[in-house]
Amino acid sequence: MSVDLFLFYFFAAVLALAGIGVISVRNSVHAALLLVLCFFTSAALWLLMQAEFLAIALVLVYVGAVMVLFLFVVMMLDIKTEVLREGFIRYLPVGLAVAAVMLAEMIGLIGVQAMAIAPPPDPAGASNTAWLGNALFSDFLLPFEVAAVILTVAVVAAIMLTLRRREGTRYQNPARQVEVKARDRIRIVKMPSAARAATVEGPTP
Amino acid sequence: MITLAHYIVLGAVLFCIAVAGIFINRKNIIVLLMAIELMLLSVNMNFVAFSRYLGDASGQVFVFFILTVAAAESAIGLAILVVLFRNRATINVGEIDQLKG
Repeated sequence: MSVDLFLFYFFAAVLALAGIGVISVRNSVHAALLLVLCFFTSAALWLLMQAEFLAIALVLVYVGAVMVLFLFVVMMLDIKTEVLREGFIRYLPVGLAVAAVMLAEMIGLIGVQAMAIAPPPDPAGASNTAWLGNALFSDFLLPFEVAAVILTVAVVAAIMLTLRRREGTRYQNPARQVEVKARDRIRIVKMPSAARAATVEGPTP
Repeated sequence: MITLAHYIVLGAVLFCIAVAGIFINRKNIIVLLMAIELMLLSVNMNFVAFSRYLGDASGQVFVFFILTVAAAESAIGLAILVVLFRNRATINVGEIDQLKG
């Protein structure tokens, strides 16, 4: 068994076990951490396929951002797991049955033809990132821009959904802060200086 | 030698694990969202494998877009979850029946 095949089986086993852990552990925080392990292992598998850019992007975007968001939400909400676990045993057989049938069907569809397909020489050449960037900024420029718009809309929507104005709290209004004029805040008062006042009124005894 | 079938079967196994997770965790929205993330991961695995073995960049570009949309989806989903928890003090799917569907 060659080294890359051994690495593939190792990462595949870790990925499958972590996936089973995600759906079966009792604690949601543990599930989120196992999902982090899943993403990390997938990134390693993608590295085996010379997809370096996507592997790093997966670690950055998922492990760095999405899973942190998951952990924030899991820890912020006060969840009683006992109530949420009811029906776990009851639906376990049907869930396993559906999954097994789906797996058998999919593996049957994959068939033996795919077994013979060996990897071609890396079409990306030296740099996977350059290969991907050439495709992304020529053929897929418009979808790329649309993806940026989607992300912006998602950020605005997520903030607007969770934003709330509570009664009785004090907050700043940036619009009013920006449009304030100097004369609203300070008033210039003309006053005679001390020396001038002395000459007008004469020396005091 | 790692063939194409290795990666596709791995993607199928991961997808089936996620399907089983949706069946057995049907009360807990957070684990349901995590199972959806697992499904997207398995699909991405297939895309990357086909892109590599067919020598076409489109597959990996598509994975890029899937990552984008999945990040947006999980952000909005978790925001909805936070609002739901604030209003109902529960994330039990069985108790979320306001729409009477």
